Amino acid sequence: MSLAIRVIPCLDVDAGRVVKGVHFENLRDAGDPVELAAEYYRQGADELTFLDVTASSSHRQTMVDVVARTAEQIFIPLTVGGGVRTPEDVDSLLRCGADKVGVNTAAINDPTLISRVADRFGNQVLVLSVDARRERGEQHTQSGFEVTTMGGRKSTGIDAIWWVKRAEELGAGEILLNSMDADGTQQGFDLEMIRAVRKEVNIPIIASGGAGKAADFPPAIEAGADAVLAASIFHYGKVTIGEVKDELRRAGYTVR
Amino acid sequence: MTSVVVFDYGFGNVRSMVRALANLDLDVTLTSDYRQALEADGLVVPGVGAFAACMEGLKQMSGDRVIADRLRAGRPVLGVCVGEQIMFERGLERGHEAAGLGLIGGTVDLLDADVVPHMGWDTVDAAEDSVLMRGVERERFYFVHSYAAMDVRPADLSRLQIDFGDAPERVTWCDYGRSRFVAAYERGPLFATQFHPEKSAEAGAQLLRNWVSTF
Repeated sequence: MSLAIRVIPCLDVDAGRVVKGVHFENLRDAGDPVELAAEYYRQGADELTFLDVTASSSHRQTMVDVVARTAEQIFIPLTVGGGVRTPEDVDSLLRCGADKVGVNTAAINDPTLISRVADRFGNQVLVLSVDARRERGEQHTQSGFEVTTMGGRKSTGIDAIWWVKRAEELGAGEILLNSMDADGTQQGFDLEMIRAVRKEVNIPIIASGGAGKAADFPPAIEAGADAVLAASIFHYGKVTIGEVKDELRRAGYTVR
Repeated sequence: MTSVVVFDYGFGNVRSMVRALANLDLDVTLTSDYRQALEADGLVVPGVGAFAACMEGLKQMSGDRVIADRLRAGRPVLGVCVGEQIMFERGLERGHEAAGLGLIGGTVDLLDADVVPHMGWDTVDAAEDSVLMRGVERERFYFVHSYAAMDVRPADLSRLQIDFGDAPERVTWCDYGRSRFVAAYERGPLFATQFHPEKSAEAGAQLLRNWVSTF
């Protein structure tokens, strides 16, 4: 009898279609987001995450429609991220059916966005998405992990561990921790990074990046994650939500 | 057709609640209109965010009056998440105390656990003879909250001229971290859940059906 580990498929959406690329490049089309969301719901997904990968203003309405159509038929929590810059952006996503909103680059540019969103909508709606990697000698960080933007292409020089602590203080409700070193490798989650973040924050951590097989998931929980997120391995049917849950159950973790 | 009003006072992911209820073939209206909220067969009071802000918002739309008037007349009310918490006497948040509706005795306080918010699918310890939990006693429900009511004490409802008579109090509990808190409360026409039935897939739909069956 305890809280279940959450298994969360992530649907990267561009112009109303699901895409997923290795290291965020070479995007490949993997279908209709609403259809895919419904399939994951049937498979037993605990939550769904939509990431608007381009988040251009011309596609904003398309994303709002996708979220609204999904929320019409799927009664599990839905997180939407990508291009969220203001509390008004958060408001419009919540109104069309999102339960939580992912914030990334805009919070790096202006950390007060976190507190402004948390004060208005509660900290549980704000998922801070962090694209972190080991520093590459350009700018030294104390923890050795740095925050990147542009899908890992641009270094910010900000210490990733300092940043997640700061975000928690400002009112983030959850951390979506994307390891840019592990992302796309399918070699397993970045356990060292998960442990480093777990030591410093008391809000839930969603581990992301690197899952290649069902056996990769339990170690992420062992390292301190409360939830696990993956995209392409689910989309291409390499592993099902059920197989991940079976593997977690075998490792002694509670799942739904 | 059975009618339900989801009270619209600017707090809560009301669209999800409206869709979940509409899926049960109910006539659902999202409004803060006093008359409609009073006359509907059922009233849902959603709520997310801060306790004090929700209370203030609710009062601004005369939600406190609608709820009390309905309960006085024995008409069902369901509070969800912070909509549950404000049914209690008091809420503590970041050291500040705010008055709730006082329909249930007790205080809403910060959860004591290693990881907060309590976020995800959890089991509950269902009250014996619970109407809400009928058939879903062993299911998991979706929680997302940092605060909760840790105890239930008798409330003085005479001030509000509400009399639940000898309607039994049914409390469903949940354990998280070092806290044991109220997951669901039922007494007469008053129903409340800390978790989100509208986000709890089939189990949540069944709970809402159970509530509607009391109309």
